[in-house]
Amino acid sequence: MADTNPIKQFEIHEVAPLEIAGLNLAFTNSAFFMLLATVSVTLLMALATNKRALVPGRGQSIAEILYGFVADMVRSSAGNEGLRFFPFVFTLFIFILAGNMFGMFPYLPLPIPGVDNHGFTITSHIIVTLTLSMMVMAIVVGFGVYKNGFKFLKLFVPAGVPPILYIIVTPIEVISFLSRPISLSVRLFANMLAGHILLKVFAGFIVMLGAAGAAWGIVGILPFAMVIGLTALEFLVAFLQAYVFAILTCIYLNDALHPAH
Amino acid sequence: MTLIALMNLAVTAAQEAGGGEHEASGAFPPFDPAYFASQIFWLLITFAALYLLMSRWILPRIGGIIEERRDRIADDLDAAQQISAEADQTRSAYEQALADARARAHNLAAEAKAAMDREIADETAEVDAEIAAKSAEAEKTLADARAKALAEVRNIAAPTAAEAANRIGGLSVTEKDADQAIKALESR
Repeated sequence: MADTNPIKQFEIHEVAPLEIAGLNLAFTNSAFFMLLATVSVTLLMALATNKRALVPGRGQSIAEILYGFVADMVRSSAGNEGLRFFPFVFTLFIFILAGNMFGMFPYLPLPIPGVDNHGFTITSHIIVTLTLSMMVMAIVVGFGVYKNGFKFLKLFVPAGVPPILYIIVTPIEVISFLSRPISLSVRLFANMLAGHILLKVFAGFIVMLGAAGAAWGIVGILPFAMVIGLTALEFLVAFLQAYVFAILTCIYLNDALHPAH
Repeated sequence: MTLIALMNLAVTAAQEAGGGEHEASGAFPPFDPAYFASQIFWLLITFAALYLLMSRWILPRIGGIIEERRDRIADDLDAAQQISAEADQTRSAYEQALADARARAHNLAAEAKAAMDREIADETAEVDAEIAAKSAEAEKTLADARAKALAEVRNIAAPTAAEAANRIGGLSVTEKDADQAIKALESR
């Protein structure tokens, strides 16, 4: 009988062991899906823009729309100076989007030895989203200090506040700044985790009802309809969370560029 | 840096959880620290690779395509504007030529009309003069004829009167008497 454990999809399997300086850096199914995201995004984008057509075809249109979408996002929230981070934000957005979208495959048969057929969502692991958000915060702090020096600390002392209120406002600003990487990573992680668990729970109901006996099989239509609806919703969430991650990154980068709001 | 610290943290956590074992422990997989280091490692590699590929290759290419299209459209618009300006110029030149021709035609017509009027006036005057001359001549002839007729009437008045007096009145009046009577009437 099929395994209806909704947690199984998050399990990590080693494909090729690798150990450096005592660290287990094995190539896993998670690493495989990261590689898949990088390779497929690069190939698709390269293929789509291969012709450099003046009148774009379908693929090139999508590539150009993605480019314009992210460029507008960066420009509108971090200004024209923010465009220096455009490649970073674009990579972040497209990497998360590809990771989320590959996660939508419940079953991904690939003829690669050692890689099993289970789908895997890289962004459903807190360590992945936390690493991404730490990358963002490292750039925000690093560039903010590099560009503004001590003036970067103005971020915690917003202008136009009566001096006495700084006793309250500054700690709040510090806490909100420190919680950014956590909220950024947990938002993406929790959305992907919860969505995929929900999908598998309802999909599991179909199997259980089917196994329960003749009449129960018909009732299985209900969770099946639910799974269809949830799948559509999860596609939306997959895009939306990539977008939210990217736009919040832009807003945080804006702080590094203009710390005194 | 933060990431290295994170990886170290992950390793210690993994060693505590799995006792150095690499197999997944019984923990909830997304929180299982056994593969934290591996995931961070591969994420950094794949993300860096994607970043390099995007920033060095794909994004400049798409940017170039969009730029080229914008330039091309701007060029085309410029050319269109130029052609439009030329067309405007041609049209105004044509309109100028048309207006000139119309004015010239108008002048010619006016001149012709003036010449015609002059000619008509001359001819009318000439004909009028001729008519006046003829009319004067005719009047003179008429006056002559009248005078002649009147003279003739005078000549036959005396004999006619004498004859009428003889026949109708039974008087014997001579021509001489009648003539004298007429003369007397005339002189009165």
